[in-house]
Amino acid sequence: MIRKVRAMTAAAAESRTNGTAWDGFKGGLWRDAIDVRDFIQQNYTPYEGDASFLAGATARTTAVWDKLLALFPEEIARGIYDVDVSTPSRIDAFGPGYIDESLDLIVGLQTDAPLKRAIMPNGGWRMVESSLKDYGYEPDARIKEIYTKLRKTHNAGTFDAYTPEIRACRSSGVITGLPDAYGRGRIIGDYRRVALYGVDRLIAEKEAEKARLGEEWATEPVIRDREEISEQIKALGELKTMAASYGHDISRPAATGREAIQWVYFAYLAAVKEQNGAAMSLGRTSTFVDIYLQRDIEAGVLTEQQAQEFIDDFVIKLRIVRFLRTEDFNQGFSGDPTWVTESIGGIGEDGRPLVTRSSFRYLQTLYNLGPAPEPNLTVFWSQRLPQGFKDFASKVAIDTSAIQFESDDLMRPKYGDDTAIACCVSPSATGKQMQFFGARVNVAKALLYAINGGRDEKTGQIVAEGFEPLTDEVLDYDTVARQYDALLDWLAKTYVHAMNVIHYMHDKYAYERIEMALHDYNPMRTMAFGAAGLSVAADSLSAIKHAKVRPVRDESGLAVDFEIEGDYPAYGNNDDRADQLAVQIVHDFMEKLRKYPTYRDAVHTQSILTITSNVVYGKKTGNTPDGRRAGEPFAPGANPMNGRDQHGYIASALSVAKLPYDDAEDGISLTNTVTPDALGRTPEERIANLSGVLDGYMASGGFHMNVNVLNKATLEDAMEHPENYPQLTIRVSGYAVNFVRLSREQQLDVINRTFHGSL
Amino acid sequence: MTAVLPATPVLPVLPVVPVLPATPATPAGAATHRPVSGSVHSWDLSTGVDGPGTRFVTFLAGCPLNCLYCHNPDTLKMRNGTRTSADAMVAEAAKYTTFIRAAGGGATISGGEPLLQAVFAGELFHRYKHELGLHTALDTSGYLGARATDALLRDVDLVLLDIKSWDRATYTEVTGRELRPTLDFARRLADLGKEVHVRFVLVPGLTDSAENIEGVASFAASLGNVSRVDVLPFHKLGEAKWEALGKDFTLRGTPSPTPDEVQAAKAVFAAHGLQAI
Repeated sequence: MIRKVRAMTAAAAESRTNGTAWDGFKGGLWRDAIDVRDFIQQNYTPYEGDASFLAGATARTTAVWDKLLALFPEEIARGIYDVDVSTPSRIDAFGPGYIDESLDLIVGLQTDAPLKRAIMPNGGWRMVESSLKDYGYEPDARIKEIYTKLRKTHNAGTFDAYTPEIRACRSSGVITGLPDAYGRGRIIGDYRRVALYGVDRLIAEKEAEKARLGEEWATEPVIRDREEISEQIKALGELKTMAASYGHDISRPAATGREAIQWVYFAYLAAVKEQNGAAMSLGRTSTFVDIYLQRDIEAGVLTEQQAQEFIDDFVIKLRIVRFLRTEDFNQGFSGDPTWVTESIGGIGEDGRPLVTRSSFRYLQTLYNLGPAPEPNLTVFWSQRLPQGFKDFASKVAIDTSAIQFESDDLMRPKYGDDTAIACCVSPSATGKQMQFFGARVNVAKALLYAINGGRDEKTGQIVAEGFEPLTDEVLDYDTVARQYDALLDWLAKTYVHAMNVIHYMHDKYAYERIEMALHDYNPMRTMAFGAAGLSVAADSLSAIKHAKVRPVRDESGLAVDFEIEGDYPAYGNNDDRADQLAVQIVHDFMEKLRKYPTYRDAVHTQSILTITSNVVYGKKTGNTPDGRRAGEPFAPGANPMNGRDQHGYIASALSVAKLPYDDAEDGISLTNTVTPDALGRTPEERIANLSGVLDGYMASGGFHMNVNVLNKATLEDAMEHPENYPQLTIRVSGYAVNFVRLSREQQLDVINRTFHGSL
Repeated sequence: MTAVLPATPVLPVLPVVPVLPATPATPAGAATHRPVSGSVHSWDLSTGVDGPGTRFVTFLAGCPLNCLYCHNPDTLKMRNGTRTSADAMVAEAAKYTTFIRAAGGGATISGGEPLLQAVFAGELFHRYKHELGLHTALDTSGYLGARATDALLRDVDLVLLDIKSWDRATYTEVTGRELRPTLDFARRLADLGKEVHVRFVLVPGLTDSAENIEGVASFAASLGNVSRVDVLPFHKLGEAKWEALGKDFTLRGTPSPTPDEVQAAKAVFAAHGLQAI
């Protein structure tokens, strides 16, 4: 069977060599210029049916996945399975690697063996060295010499240009998680271009761009652009070399469905071979590859089973993307996430659903291979999606807790219908837009700074200069609000300053050559700021406004605790008295960010997202005026605080839906964990009701929803007997993790987070 | 890159009652708009458990029954509720109409026993249905069915009728009250052609005898207006609430029924041609 598939594909490939790769495809614009969206619009076949056509896993697929399953326990036990300490990774640094050369259908690994990680020191040597030491490996002395003496890194450059103020914010944790010691990631190359056009055509386009720039006067931006394009062209050359080492000539366009998947994967693989970005997302590929698969199926050279098998094998590869990271990084972003986010579904600008059979096939991998956090499958939800797809997506969410939903109707008007999510909730138009990722500030801690005149509540050190502490016996809302406003302004200024430094240095020392080679020239750039601790800050302001809050001050006058007299309305109950305070914080902070100019004129955006760092943020923040105790975790993302939402998850969700998307274009994350009973009494009812809940949330202006459908007892049992739950997956703010890979602290946070059941 | 799109049409999953012009006359307030208020325990949004779809559920305080397995014993006393005006409840529910219309669902009044405050419940039903355009459901034991006026029932699209037992002695043992009013109410709903979902809580050693299940099933089937039967396995999740109230939870030692026992009970209903869930 395997041999037969290979022989067939080879024959098909032969019959459609370079000149015939586009046989049967319609339209012209995309032929003349690089325009994958136009190609999709002209050629895709919308599918409005149900899931009954799908095929299960073949014995081959199961055999390959089983080989990996056998390796995971050791990887979890040791933190990493293996690492090559002496080969700084580049696109073509490693020879070919396979899971099983005789079984792999879609080929290519980051290094020469599965789960073996690579070092990528351009981001920073310190990160490489401490990661290796964390896992018991010795760094290679020669490589260390190169990256500490001979070749400067992003990390070194950034710290050369940081101000003392930025450093103080970083160490106090009022700004946390900045990509100054790790790759910024979140840049999605349009990997589909390699399949549609072949690398040679892409190189020719880049050469033409460079030639045009050769005629412009050599200002610093022009010189920088020329150097960057030259790097892009080199990266495309290395991409061809890497693919050739696996026996594939990708200088020409893909000619079959299998080749289209393989070419897309090679392009993505090149990116993850070279960049250890926090989030290395895939884009929006399912409907693109469907065009090729559909052509082969119609030509009678491909069966449904084979189409599914190619996608299953592709997804297996995406599931084992690995990066070498420090223990410290894992604290904030636990579970070894890579955010291989794939955006599925949505509606086209002409009103046709962008759902194809392959949209279903991608989701089907969660059954054929079992649940997994990666790739981070993200359904673009619209009320106008075909019911068959809605219901299949809801079913997958209920059965696996592994997918997330984002509002197509909010994103499409801003970014068009070829938008893809980077990381968790950050949209960008594929190949036409990139972002400068910027982690987040702690707006709850900032409120404590406002009360304490810029002094950190944990260390007593002054972090924000020039503020007077509030000395009132009972906090006065107007006074606090005024001081908070001024403090947020200071924070925004420091934050934009830090981001400009980081991204200047990242472009200079760790430029994303291959991702940017798969972008248009001079794409739209956004600078993605973020805020965490929103619910704590909003509830604290609500307490100060609606109850009586008395600071408890230590001998130095530092407010270290708060006594609350009376009740206050909490964010998460669809009550404007509290919700509008959260809305105000998001709006005001965005306005303040916009005041400060950005590197490369990037457009300011903001996300309300925490990943799993809500635990770390909580740890770094003292007692807050809402009654939260020092060290207690924040709610994840834009979620209301655990247990303060009294009227069920929908009331809670509608508080979140009020946050203005125009002030948080980088995304607003909501995670809901419900028991199966809380969706209905039968499987069919649960599916229909979840589809309804998603329709309702998006109709109410909601942006994103993670859906976990789980029983608490299952998670508790998984904590005690992890060996029985190797694939148990749960969604946390914006991504999914293998539950058993979380730290015990984070597992407890998930379990203690509001479980919405029916009682 | 940016496109202006027509407004997204709202496609409800479940049939939703169209919005009718507000009727000035309400059953309780008549033309004078007399303010109506009642004792409300709480309100909540739930999905799939208090009638079809996602629903705004108003829990009224107070119940004439005293069920051994009550999972909301904190709603038994009317005085434990908060005096709330119909205006306030309707304003709260109105925050959810966009969501509910898109999601499919409606408004349910539960308790406690809603018919203990029949005037208030009638006012809420009327306004939920006619002002907000929501599908309405009454969650009741039927014991006070006689208090439901025909006008009230006209504003109710669906009755969730809890028939706790067919055996009279068992009914009285479970609830402390008589079975008869519930059966009378069920027959009246049948005469009115009102859609009913019957609920039956399966409690091992108490309501699970073959004759008892058979009795409820044959009665429900004889009515002709029962579109669904929910066989609800007894659980002890409300036990903590009993303790918090300083009351003795006498079913502490009673187990939940096994999945097989639940399946067998459903089969009895199904044998009568009923859709048992």
